[in-house]
Amino acid sequence: MIPMEHYLIVSSVMFFVGIFGFITRKNLLAVLISIELILNSVEINFSVFNRYLYPEHLEGMFFSLFGIAISAAETAVAIAIIINIYRIRENIDIRHIDKMKN
Amino acid sequence: MMEYTLLIVVIPLLMFLLLASCGRGMRGQLAGWLGSLGMSAAALLSYTAAWHYFTGVGKGEESYQQILACSVEWLRFTDKLHIDLGILLDPISVMMLVVITTVSLMVHIYSLGYMKGEKGFQRYYAFLSLFSFSMLGLVVAPNIFQMYIFWELVGVSSYLLIGFYYTKPAAVAASKKAFIVTRFADLGFLAGILLLSYYTGTFDFAALTAGEGALVAGSMAGVSFMGLSAASWAMALIFMGGAGKSAMFPLHIWLPDAMEGPTPVSALIHAATMVVAGVYLVARLFPVYFFVTPGVLQLIAYLGAFTALFAAVVAITQTDIKRVLAFSTISQIAYMMVALGVSGYSGHEGLGYMATMFHLFTHAFFKALLFLGAGSVIHAVHSNEMSCMGGLRHFLPVTHITFLIACLAIAGIPPFSGFFSKDEILAAAFHHDQFLFFLLWVIAGLTAFYMFRLYYRIFRGEERPYEHTPHESPVSMLVPLGILALLSCVTGFIPFGKFVSSDGSMLVIHPEGMIALAGVVAALAGIGCARFLYRKANDRPAQIATRLHGVYTAAYHKFYLDQVWLFITKKIIFRCIATPVAWFDKHVIDASFDGLGRGTVKLAGAIKGLQSGKVQFYAFVFIVSTLLLTLWAFFY
Amino acid sequence: MESIGSLIIFYILGAIIIGSSVMAVTSKKMLRAATYLLFVLISTAGLYLLLNYHFLAAVQLSVYAGGILILFIFAILLTSARGDKTEPHDKRRIITGVVTALAGIVVTTLVTLKHQVLYNGNPTVTGDQEIPVKEIGFALMGTDKYQYLLPFEALSVLLLVCAIGSILIARKR
Repeated sequence: MIPMEHYLIVSSVMFFVGIFGFITRKNLLAVLISIELILNSVEINFSVFNRYLYPEHLEGMFFSLFGIAISAAETAVAIAIIINIYRIRENIDIRHIDKMKN
Repeated sequence: MMEYTLLIVVIPLLMFLLLASCGRGMRGQLAGWLGSLGMSAAALLSYTAAWHYFTGVGKGEESYQQILACSVEWLRFTDKLHIDLGILLDPISVMMLVVITTVSLMVHIYSLGYMKGEKGFQRYYAFLSLFSFSMLGLVVAPNIFQMYIFWELVGVSSYLLIGFYYTKPAAVAASKKAFIVTRFADLGFLAGILLLSYYTGTFDFAALTAGEGALVAGSMAGVSFMGLSAASWAMALIFMGGAGKSAMFPLHIWLPDAMEGPTPVSALIHAATMVVAGVYLVARLFPVYFFVTPGVLQLIAYLGAFTALFAAVVAITQTDIKRVLAFSTISQIAYMMVALGVSGYSGHEGLGYMATMFHLFTHAFFKALLFLGAGSVIHAVHSNEMSCMGGLRHFLPVTHITFLIACLAIAGIPPFSGFFSKDEILAAAFHHDQFLFFLLWVIAGLTAFYMFRLYYRIFRGEERPYEHTPHESPVSMLVPLGILALLSCVTGFIPFGKFVSSDGSMLVIHPEGMIALAGVVAALAGIGCARFLYRKANDRPAQIATRLHGVYTAAYHKFYLDQVWLFITKKIIFRCIATPVAWFDKHVIDASFDGLGRGTVKLAGAIKGLQSGKVQFYAFVFIVSTLLLTLWAFFY
Repeated sequence: MESIGSLIIFYILGAIIIGSSVMAVTSKKMLRAATYLLFVLISTAGLYLLLNYHFLAAVQLSVYAGGILILFIFAILLTSARGDKTEPHDKRRIITGVVTALAGIVVTTLVTLKHQVLYNGNPTVTGDQEIPVKEIGFALMGTDKYQYLLPFEALSVLLLVCAIGSILIARKR
């Protein structure tokens, strides 16, 4: 039997690797990838808690399911925005977009 | 029944609003004619009101009664304490209405000639109307608070008119001086009002004076401060306000300087009307003074006598003709104060009260006449200094005659009006206090002396080499002179006691032969001295001045009172109080707020880097904080 | 026996997930990063299988690996005209990130291990309790308690809005 903590440790490592990427990367797409990692780790946690603590219910699983869908939506919008930024400024460096206006 | 008296007050106000709001739209002398028209309407209404009051409406069985012609409740503080605005008619207010509107009308007409072509002609008339409005509102006030409101309005309009030539630094300084000095006095007035109304719970004159001031005496009994009863404090403070407006020593210093204003203004404000406001105030509250605080009344009498003597002595040495008249005004107003101070109450005891009002009445006309005559002289010679004048009677015949009449009136020569009123004052003083009588008698002589010194030096003596021949003033200036001269001749014959007395009863006053004789002797002696010294140019005045060098110089410099005040304000108040307070304000209060502001700016500068718009930094802060929170929650 | 097998599989998957995610955030080339992300996502699907959430694993594969990643790759190809190398990292920034991430891992691990979660008596944890898809379908389509029609519909509207919004944002002007 796999102890629940092992899942949690794996997902927390993944989470903080995502945080690391979010803080350090300069490419917007790399930042977006980090966000995907973070979301993914959270979804793992939901599923794990569901399975180990409340196996007779399905809330955790459905939360993961909806999380996946939402991350899909978010990615679509984010990528659209990134492409737009790229069109305007010819690069997608995060340091160049710290202003609300051009 | 007498509601139309409201119009007397309102017409000048409307005239002021009209003239002030029409911009510079009025051509030529239209503003002057409009102002004069409004004023004559007010004057006619006043005469009608006086006729109505004294012959019918106000006449009771034995005495005149007070009529509240109209009254509006304005501010209600408590059930008892409220401020009303209204019109109170009684013998003295009706008399004041007549005096003010008459003199004001004369000045309005006179100014048509005197101020012709001046810059700000319309502004001048607007201010005149404002002043008339304020003064009329003051005298008809049925309560002390309305009086205070108009009292301040009078102060403001006086300030505006003194500083009429606002490009002249002296005029600006004089207007500021007048405003600040009277304002300082009004502080006392206000404190007195508050003190009085705090204990009595009313502002109403009728309630305050009713039943021998019983309300004041009752409600303030047993309250004392620094050894004096609260009533004495209140009444003395109120008198302080009156002393400021009426230029009593030592608050008289503003009046001579106020002569920087146009001469007709001096005639209206600083001779005939505004300066008697203090006298009027004391007369209004006379029962309270007499019955509740006789000590303050005593103070008023002696202070008045001192001021009268002091101002008369100073007037002898002055060379600016308007200043002579100014000090003469101070002296005469103080004369009235003395008469109030020595007066009793009810019937013939109240002779002094009646004499005060009588003198106020006659003085208003002949002093206005003197000022307007002086204005006519200045108009002709373009100078205020006596040394530039002499032998003017050939050039200014009408002015000469009217001025002479005014001089005779103020000197107290029968049958001119001043004789009658001054005689009553002397009689009142004689029956009260022989010392005061003696003082007043000397002052009467001095008055005659300095007035005829003025007369001889202007109209007699050698002619000066005038740059251009002096010419008589235009008709618009001579007509008021004539009317006022006529009034100065005849007003003395009014049986004044029948109209105005301390308790409203009708008195028949008989002049007392010996006192009248003494007064006339003093006046003649004064005139004789003046004639001896100044009829022809000689060195006798100079010799006397040299012999009395110290006294003469001191009097010429008005006994250095201006310097004393400057010393007190600049050296003592400014340096010892104002400077430390200013320092405290600047370095402690201001600095603490500055520090607060600077600290905020610094803090903002320090933390503004946090709001960088860099998402990654935000995420970093967020994560670190969350971790710290987690640790905290986990370990505690 | 079975539990040892799944244990081994779990550790392999865990190692792949950790390694790939580290590579995904550190690799300088974006395409490689995307590929590592793909590994992570697929391994995550494996974890779901281990947990007996088969439907979830399928969704993970199809949506993440099939949909989102394709989007990523397109975006990378569209935006990396100058070559897909990312700009050099700032040293201080990296140190900060490493420290933060390590501190976070330590803290969460500490918390996880210290905290006693009671689940050992639960018989369903280890059994192969695959959830039938029919049950999931009913749960998604019902309105009772523990049924999710409302979030489902809300999500579908969200996706529609996102599709329209993305087109609007990214269209040529």
